[in-house]
Amino acid sequence: MTRDLEQYLRPGLVTAFCPGCGDGILLGLILRAIDELKINIDDMLFVSGIGCAGWIPSPNFNADTLHTLHGRTIPFATGAKMFNPKLQVMIISGDGDLADIGGNHLIHGARRNIDLTVILVNNFLYGMTGGQVACTTPMGAFTMTTTEGNPYRPFDLPKLVDAAGATYVARYSVTQPLALISSIKKAVQIKGFSFIEVLSPCPIQFGRRNQLGTPIDMIKFLMDKCIMKEEAEGLSPEELEGKIITGEFSDGRN
Amino acid sequence: MKSILSPGSYYFSGDEAIAEGAIAARCGYFAGYPITPASEIVERISIRFKETGGVFIQMEDEIASICSIIGASWAGARAMTATSGPGFSLMQEGVGHAVMTETPIVIIDVQRAGPGLGQATRPASGDIMQARWGSHSDRQIIALCPWSVQEAYDQTIDAFNLAEKYRVPVILLTDEAVGHLREKMDIREDVDIFNRTKKPGAAPFGTEEDDGVPPMPTFGEREKLLVTSSTHNDYGIRKTDDPLVQAKLVSRLYSKIMNNREKIIDYDSCYMEDAEVVVVCYGFTARSALFAIEKLRGEGKKVGMFRLKTMWPFPDRLIRDIGSRAKKILVPEMNKGQVVEEVMKYASCDAILYSQTNGEDIHPNAIIEQLRRLV
Ligand SMILES: Cc1ncc(C[n+]2csc(CCOP(=O)(O)OP(=O)(O)O)c2C)c(N)n1
Ligand SMILES: [Mg+2]
Repeated sequence: MTRDLEQYLRPGLVTAFCPGCGDGILLGLILRAIDELKINIDDMLFVSGIGCAGWIPSPNFNADTLHTLHGRTIPFATGAKMFNPKLQVMIISGDGDLADIGGNHLIHGARRNIDLTVILVNNFLYGMTGGQVACTTPMGAFTMTTTEGNPYRPFDLPKLVDAAGATYVARYSVTQPLALISSIKKAVQIKGFSFIEVLSPCPIQFGRRNQLGTPIDMIKFLMDKCIMKEEAEGLSPEELEGKIITGEFSDGRN
Repeated sequence: MKSILSPGSYYFSGDEAIAEGAIAARCGYFAGYPITPASEIVERISIRFKETGGVFIQMEDEIASICSIIGASWAGARAMTATSGPGFSLMQEGVGHAVMTETPIVIIDVQRAGPGLGQATRPASGDIMQARWGSHSDRQIIALCPWSVQEAYDQTIDAFNLAEKYRVPVILLTDEAVGHLREKMDIREDVDIFNRTKKPGAAPFGTEEDDGVPPMPTFGEREKLLVTSSTHNDYGIRKTDDPLVQAKLVSRLYSKIMNNREKIIDYDSCYMEDAEVVVVCYGFTARSALFAIEKLRGEGKKVGMFRLKTMWPFPDRLIRDIGSRAKKILVPEMNKGQVVEEVMKYASCDAILYSQTNGEDIHPNAIIEQLRRLV
């Protein structure tokens, strides 16, 4: 099945993503979700922060886009949505942007439960600035600022955002495209704060420093690591060691 | 347009007048975070917006406050925040973003004594240069400086109109003394409202018009807007390594304020015809200055007053003119000499600072004493 997704892309641009970057895959999946929902993209507002992931909607999406300050997508989006509730607002930004520098806004956004859809792109570090540690970097992982391995634990973001009061909370990897598309569709449709953490490979900054091989190896790595929540329920702690649990953690409609 | 409050006399504090000025100016969105001495603005707006239909939100901090008013402005709102000292510092990155994206916003800074936490309930004029230069790199903003409750109301309305007209952040640089001052003020039948210029399909970030201000579309108008504070071309496309685009954009953002400064600048002057010593003053301090000048005029001394109602852009030509006619200029300030240095740049005569930074407003006697020495 082919779709004319090009209609959603601003003409005349070249991609800014590195070879093997997962952000291009996610870009396509978001557009497929919008296409399947039959939303007019002109009724949407895309808000993005600073970092590679912020480039997914801005400048690529042929719609209203607001490229903000590092970490501040949620406040900007809150202003736009509160003043004009008709705007369908989607925030797309990096883990560093939304959860490190913007972490306070993230929990307050979830608490207020304003109707915003947040897609947080977790590539396990700061891609754009050259690969420094983030609050999502796994313990022990190598980055430009943890050359002997990250000494700290990462956030479990869905747990954090769920505890803060979001209506919809999920985590998927770009290697789970169909589940991710339906999750994005759900997140857009649900009234209230919806949050999806999307795992996205960064072969250049993360893969290289952690000996994860080629872009294809990184995709395989994510496919192997990610298991669905339902599947995980039957496994022992030993079997779960090193796995990343994906799925829906809070679905406001239940 | 009609005023929101019925015309007549009111007894308001400066902070209350600012809240009412915003409402009269059809402010549709307010976000803020409480801080003395600006909290009364936040509180009054939160109550009054329920009656007038504006959107109020108390955000988690001042960074979130300024960011959310920028978002609301692009969604079509006349948008404002209010703060003081530490909160104004936190907002600076947002000011830079609004300058670069040409977003009309109004920021009320009720100055308190600093640095640091300083004295929360005491007045100062310490943020004059911060308003001008507070965020990184070259940029222009507009700043106004009221001396009374009436002017706090009037200039809040002006601030919205200037922000929309020039697509720039406008800062109302008031101080604790005006913010907490209570006095009588009048509300007229009508208010002048300038609405942002719209031109469907036109470039939102570039113009060939003389005023240098492009029309401003709003989200939801099918303009497929690309709003970014990265260096961008006339259509918002990022051009982060093109020297020509960088030079052109930064120059236009600068000159759309500087080239229009004669139209923007407002001031007040009295006893200037034959004045040999001129007091250049602003804000609450100007009230003491006027008292002092009238006292000395009563003694036949040739003293005059020039009051800055617009702080930025600075009235360089007017000061040059005063400097060529007067023998001396006295600048009383509740800071270590921020405006006096600007005056020195343009005035050919001597400019003398009277500085008081003890968290108290400057008493007329202090200015009288200074003037007696100078005349
Ligand atoms: C206030 C501020 N601090 C630092 C930066 C530099 N900076 C730009 S992007 C970035 C990190 C981005 O990381 P993330 O959000 O994870 O996005 P990614 O590039 O990994 O997609 C940083 C630190 C900035 N732009 N602004
Ligand atoms: Mg990242």
